[in-house]
Amino acid sequence: MEKILAKDLSFSYQKGNEILEHISFSLKEGESVGLIGANGVGKSTLLKLLVGLVSGYEGSLTIDGLPVIKKNYKEIRKKVGYVFQDSESQLFLSTVYEDVAFGPRNYGFPEEEVEKRVMEALKKVGLTDLKDRHIYRMSGGQKKLASLATILSMEPEILLLDEPSVVLDPKNRRNLIRILNEIGSAKIIASHDLDFIMDTCKRTILLHDKKIIKDGDTMEILWDRKLLEENGLELPLSLQR
Amino acid sequence: MSKVQNVIGDIHLSDDGGRKFAGKSGLHPLSRLSVTFFFILTVISFSKYEMSGLVSMAAYLIIIGILHEYSFRMTLWRILPALVPLGILGLANLFLDQSTYGQMGSITITKGMVSMAVLILKGVFCIIAVYFLILMIGMEGICYSLGQLHMPEEFVTVLFLIYRYLMVLLKETQRLMQAYKLRAPGQRGLHVKTWGAFVGQLLLRSMDRGERVYESMQLRGYGNEYHDVYHKSSHGYPLVKAFPSILYVLVWAAVFLCLRFFPVFQIVGGFNWKRF
Repeated sequence: MEKILAKDLSFSYQKGNEILEHISFSLKEGESVGLIGANGVGKSTLLKLLVGLVSGYEGSLTIDGLPVIKKNYKEIRKKVGYVFQDSESQLFLSTVYEDVAFGPRNYGFPEEEVEKRVMEALKKVGLTDLKDRHIYRMSGGQKKLASLATILSMEPEILLLDEPSVVLDPKNRRNLIRILNEIGSAKIIASHDLDFIMDTCKRTILLHDKKIIKDGDTMEILWDRKLLEENGLELPLSLQR
Repeated sequence: MSKVQNVIGDIHLSDDGGRKFAGKSGLHPLSRLSVTFFFILTVISFSKYEMSGLVSMAAYLIIIGILHEYSFRMTLWRILPALVPLGILGLANLFLDQSTYGQMGSITITKGMVSMAVLILKGVFCIIAVYFLILMIGMEGICYSLGQLHMPEEFVTVLFLIYRYLMVLLKETQRLMQAYKLRAPGQRGLHVKTWGAFVGQLLLRSMDRGERVYESMQLRGYGNEYHDVYHKSSHGYPLVKAFPSILYVLVWAAVFLCLRFFPVFQIVGGFNWKRF
């Protein structure tokens, strides 16, 4: 069964000014999909639609068979974890531990289970030693990893990541690629960083001018210079040499 | 460091301090909150001319300050902005109550002077007590304690969110100020012409960020229920001991009652120490 199923999906913030128009795609269990496109094509909007942060779409959109409508938001948000582009907005409690524990606590897990989940999530992202660190005193890269941990502690079936490689130095970037490749959940990674997509996703969806231009094998899409340039992108740096 | 940076740093320090101290002392944050509440109640219960009794209440602040190694100079510096409105309020007493209270040499002390001093002292003591409380248990501890007292959930949630919004607002202010200063070198503060645009931008940006923070909370199961946010049993307050916490409240409540109803300073001052 598809984890995400979008059929004929359209969305606009203002009527007559569509951001997405009649797009259809699906995401299977454990699959990792890159969502690429130039600025303003609606990558973030699409991710927000999937978790109900923006509503009012036309067409059909289901998560694990549940239509994305208000009464299902709670259930859907249990299944889908969304890592923001801006980690500062994702982290709002004082210490790493408290922030990572926020989700499991809200879902009513006993404190022992919360602690277990927090420690596992922190171990996955390599921040165990920083569990008592004040968020304020963390670097951009550490904040990004802590943001990911806040979502991993909820053990989501689907992960949505919006520009995850932004603000990361090469070491942290490599670290994040390793972590994402180790996580078994289905993933949609929206990014301009095509090298990052190449390292983390087998399948890629190219968005342009409100539509899905191409949905297929990552390498096939990212090697196609003409296709990328026609849609406001360029070959990944590693393929330009 | 800029003033905004200092304020952000102070808030984080109070958060850190609260957590570390709560862990070390083993006292439940509710006991701290209760003692502060009793202190404030006692302070405001003094009549407007009871200067000596009121001054004796400073003992609590001095003891807490010394025990936790808080800088009194820094504390006074922090509460300075609150002294201005207190002073303005108290000034009215000078003119409205000019009957004689006593003589100090050739200077006549009016009741207005005494009531003004008492009003300012009451305000200062209450503000310092709350400031120390925030330093001791942090805002999270205060929200947690209020939750334990079954205060209306909406009230506690709003208090917590205002605190978080304050941080968002301060950080946005800091960013805007930095961007402004980099393009206005040598200029002190903001030019009057830019105030409107600055405040407008600040409001829009902080609202936008506030919304994103709220979205992040919603995505992690937050349903406007405060109580789920503060399960401190396994992390924040791991060593809470019930007996010392209750004893702490009882001892301080007894001290406050003594200071309120007995002229302790006069008794101590009038005691014939030579007999020993």
